[in-house]
Amino acid sequence: MPDLAIIVPSVLNGLTTGALYALVALGLTLIYGVLHIINFAHGALLMVGLYAVYFLHSSFGIDPYVSLLIVPPAMFALGYALQRGIIGRASHGRDENILLVTLGLSIVIENLALFVFRSDTRSVDTPYSFEVVEILGAFLPLPKVIAFAGALVTAALLWLLMSRTDLGRAIRALAKERKGAKLVGIDVDHVFAMSFGLGIACLGVAACLLLPSYYVTPQVGHGFVLIAFTIVVLGGMGSFVGALVGGLIIGVVEALGGLFLGESLGQIGIFLIFILVLVFRPTGLLGHKV
Amino acid sequence: MTDTKKTGGLRRREFLATGAAAVGLGITGFPAILRAQPAAVKLGLIHPVSGFIAFSGTQCREGALMAIADINAAGGIKSLGGAQIEAMLADSQGKPEIGAAEVTKMVEAGADGIVAGYSSAISLATSQEAAKTNTPHIVDVGVSDQIVERGLKNTFRFSPGYGKTAQFAVDNLDTINKAAGSPAKTAMIIHEESLFGTGTAELLQKRLPEKGIKVVDVIKHANPTRDFTNIVLQIKSKKPDLIIPANYYNEYVLLARTMRQQRVEAMGIYSVLGGAASSYQFVKEFPEAADLIMDCNHWFNPKSDVAQQRKAAAEAKGLIYTYEVFLAYNAVLAYADALERAGTTDKEAVNAALAASTLDMSYMPYGPTKMVDGQNEGAQPVNTQVQNGVIEVIFPEEFASAETVFPMKS
Repeated sequence: MPDLAIIVPSVLNGLTTGALYALVALGLTLIYGVLHIINFAHGALLMVGLYAVYFLHSSFGIDPYVSLLIVPPAMFALGYALQRGIIGRASHGRDENILLVTLGLSIVIENLALFVFRSDTRSVDTPYSFEVVEILGAFLPLPKVIAFAGALVTAALLWLLMSRTDLGRAIRALAKERKGAKLVGIDVDHVFAMSFGLGIACLGVAACLLLPSYYVTPQVGHGFVLIAFTIVVLGGMGSFVGALVGGLIIGVVEALGGLFLGESLGQIGIFLIFILVLVFRPTGLLGHKV
Repeated sequence: MTDTKKTGGLRRREFLATGAAAVGLGITGFPAILRAQPAAVKLGLIHPVSGFIAFSGTQCREGALMAIADINAAGGIKSLGGAQIEAMLADSQGKPEIGAAEVTKMVEAGADGIVAGYSSAISLATSQEAAKTNTPHIVDVGVSDQIVERGLKNTFRFSPGYGKTAQFAVDNLDTINKAAGSPAKTAMIIHEESLFGTGTAELLQKRLPEKGIKVVDVIKHANPTRDFTNIVLQIKSKKPDLIIPANYYNEYVLLARTMRQQRVEAMGIYSVLGGAASSYQFVKEFPEAADLIMDCNHWFNPKSDVAQQRKAAAEAKGLIYTYEVFLAYNAVLAYADALERAGTTDKEAVNAALAASTLDMSYMPYGPTKMVDGQNEGAQPVNTQVQNGVIEVIFPEEFASAETVFPMKS
């Protein structure tokens, strides 16, 4: 039985790790929850973002946090173009087609990365990589504390965008009633692409905040996607606050599971939650019935 | 102008003479050209070039391909009339069953031999499958001793297994500890969950107490593990004198980083089969975190010119010279050597030649090659330590390039 001196730092660390998961899940909940697009390319696009941050750092010396000004807008443009140019066209509006198109995209993107970058593990060494913040006797890595704050800000911004802007209203209208939205003059293709772009831009933010404490390989996305899907279901599809809360819960469950059940078995808690939520509260913690 | 005319006449004569000579040469030379193109030897290379161990798999493939290119450039297999080796490539995706399926496909497509499979679990599956058709199979890296303990007549390994490596690691650790006045009394083992990590950890757990080092905890983790804070917190609370990781590169990077962030202080970090002190990449990216870390791992003989030339050639190709590269290279060399002695691609004959192999491997820190039940008994790992950003060999003494620094913290 681990003592309190380990449990407190472990929970705090779980919260910061959970915030990173939440960042990945925020984009997914927008795309998956609002537009009902199951984006299998989410992990692959996270990897693209991470490589972008890596090369901006290694080739131009741009700090990962300064990359926040470059990578998310670029990822937004990429997402917009992908939805308008490939996913929207190839899927003809049918959900099962979208699933296959995004799966295909992920395979193409990953193999392109494997071809171009090879499978070397790359990480960045920044002056603050090993800096820690001491909270309640726990050493929390500075990059993770920043990521935690970043996740809160990103979720708040997304919430504001969805509730206070015309674009947000259009996205919500589209999610509820596609034909009706079209009838009142909403450009469906444009709004779809905007939403997808926003979701991918979130991955850009996640990439900038994740790389200082992680690494990038062509397969790096796999480790995050399943967790992100779990968080979206747990938090409630389309709910940004839900994704944030879900991410934090998953982070803590993973940390405590690892501590009490051992690192290999600790992951069980995450999927146990997934099943329990599906059985007892299919709409998620903060989701609404459609 | 006149000159030109004169020489023009001479040229015609020259032309005729040269033409006749060429035709004559052609007649006699033609069969020689035919003889210079014997059927290529097909060698299957099966590695996990995608999936969670893709980096290592790709390194293996590159090493094997370099060896094939070198052998072909040097005139191919001379006893087979200069036959070239042709690589057949496959991806096991890090999964044993896919590795085995690739063996079946390759044998059907006419593979004469197989070099595989980087991980122990995959190597077990690929060699088992190759055994059904008696196809010669050389394991390049897989360290599990089960690989050579199943009595398969087609399976060979020229690098050391984990039994020998763990024994070597424990004996040398004991020597290092005693030389410093035996300050280290406790150890904690952090290992990955597959056959390699689990098997290594079991052996260490059994043998460390024999040397007076108590194992205070053993922690197993998954691949990939996204966060090592929990594990490091447990290390901090148990305060072991030695930390012994046995895991793959990505997890090692996160573990080492987290240990530094959490200010873990130990007398030594001593990796077995994998770690900073046998990774040029880690030392380059995190020179401070890597300093004075020790490994017991596969390594080349730093005093061998051949080894240094191969390292330079690999680096010229943009490769990081990891053990995967040179062990896969050696596996292909061993196969070519057996073919050379067998003088045929007949599987039975090549297996017999491999079993009787006495290949000179002085570019490795090995003793003379001696095959016993498919295992090269001359193979052994070495101890390395990062000192001021350089990976130095510290044991065995005959290959050592520096003195050991232990304990790392006073």
